[in-house]
Amino acid sequence: MSSVLFDVPGPRARRRHLVYSGLTVLALAGVFFVVGKRLYDEDALTPELLNQTFQNRYVEFLLEGMLQTLKAAVLGISCALVFGVVLAVGRISIHRILRWPTVAVIEFFRAVPLVMLIIFIFYGIRNDELFAVVAGLTLYNGAVLAEVFRAGVNAVPKGQSEAAYAIGMRKTQVTSIVLLPQAVKFMLPAIISQCVIVLKDTALGYVIVYAELVRYARQLAGSVDNSTILVYSTVALMFIVINYGLSKLAEYLQRRMSRSRPDVDDGAAQVSRVKAGEMGGGGPGG
Amino acid sequence: MEFLFDNLDQILEGFGKTLWLLLFSGIIAGLLGTILVSMRVSPVALLRGVGTSYVNIVRNTPLLLILFLFRDAFPPLGFNYSINNYFNFFFIAATAGLGLYAAAFVCEALRSGINSIPVGQAEAARSLGMNFGQTMREVVLPQAFRAVIPPLASTYIALAKNTSVALAIGTTEATFVMQKLTDERASERLVIFLGFSVGYIIIVWSIALLARGVEKRAERSR
Repeated sequence: MSSVLFDVPGPRARRRHLVYSGLTVLALAGVFFVVGKRLYDEDALTPELLNQTFQNRYVEFLLEGMLQTLKAAVLGISCALVFGVVLAVGRISIHRILRWPTVAVIEFFRAVPLVMLIIFIFYGIRNDELFAVVAGLTLYNGAVLAEVFRAGVNAVPKGQSEAAYAIGMRKTQVTSIVLLPQAVKFMLPAIISQCVIVLKDTALGYVIVYAELVRYARQLAGSVDNSTILVYSTVALMFIVINYGLSKLAEYLQRRMSRSRPDVDDGAAQVSRVKAGEMGGGGPGG
Repeated sequence: MEFLFDNLDQILEGFGKTLWLLLFSGIIAGLLGTILVSMRVSPVALLRGVGTSYVNIVRNTPLLLILFLFRDAFPPLGFNYSINNYFNFFFIAATAGLGLYAAAFVCEALRSGINSIPVGQAEAARSLGMNFGQTMREVVLPQAFRAVIPPLASTYIALAKNTSVALAIGTTEATFVMQKLTDERASERLVIFLGFSVGYIIIVWSIALLARGVEKRAERSR
């Protein structure tokens, strides 16, 4: 592979790279050996343990936990999309009386940790685990998505709305008929990557004892001796597979839509800048 | 309101611990993230693969699960440290988990900065006969520095808020104190929540303002 940062390697560089690769392999092998031996010595990775942990009923148990996690995540992202649209409408409104309170709401929910929000909703508003998790996810992600929607609408070239106004459309018509359909293309990758964050953040329901996958994992780890690392890694793998699939889907959609359409790429890049650096439970603020 | 002022020392102690968590995990994330990004853009395919795998694995795992690994799974294998009563085992486990988690995002923020440099810059450097290290050091990184500040600031803001997840493994940081105070005086829960929100907003905005200041200076020096 060549990149603008370096040339296609010549014979000397190739030899040097081979040495680096060899050292990396040695280092990795060393780490795997030390960790593996340690795990084996502590009986945390033995054939018996694998058999004992991956019994049918335990696997079913974990899948049930996954279902609970997915339930909260799907509810959360759906409500967040709706809430995000509401906030975005207020945010791009031309009336100051609508815009300013919306800005305050968005900035507040983006600056407050999700854990704190969930705890407050659970103990302060309604003593219902699922409600608290979904409401927390909705408020935080709705605020983030509102900014995504705004960036998406702003990323549509100016000529589009000017042309729409010129043929006599109202502002509502311009937004709903001309701008939004085009903006959706820019926003789709960002929305899907937000789904990854929601799925991960569902785990925060743990703090108010919502029965989701991480709690199921702790229970299972408690009932089989020495299985903690094995069970946690398995659960991590379940999350990774789903989330990795989602990010690949986002990449695919973006590639498909931007095929010979540089404007879509530009728009999507503008939107994703809003979410740069985000890692869930948090996000860009300030 | 009075209840908040009566417990001000507890609240400040909680936020103090939040800031210590942020500081130490931020340093770990910064160092590890830099190493990871230099692997991800390097000419050696295997190093790139290792960097990419780390980012993909860590970025797609819930932070809570990583913290549980550090609290429950690693101690039997020998990861069991504590410095004193304040920086106890839970604090160190949380710091390590947060640092390793955030490193993946720091890496991506840095990479987006490197990618934002126009291709012509690197091509010009290459045509002057610079090698990979020189191209990065002399041409790409100094320019990337300014482009990285906003995404890096977002990453550290997110890290500041993510320190609250550490309450789940028993670190007595700000959100832990909030939960405790809410338990003690349920009737004041809204005031307590808003009070702690103000604390987090101050932290978040400080990082944002700091980033803006650094960005301005970087812009002026061009």
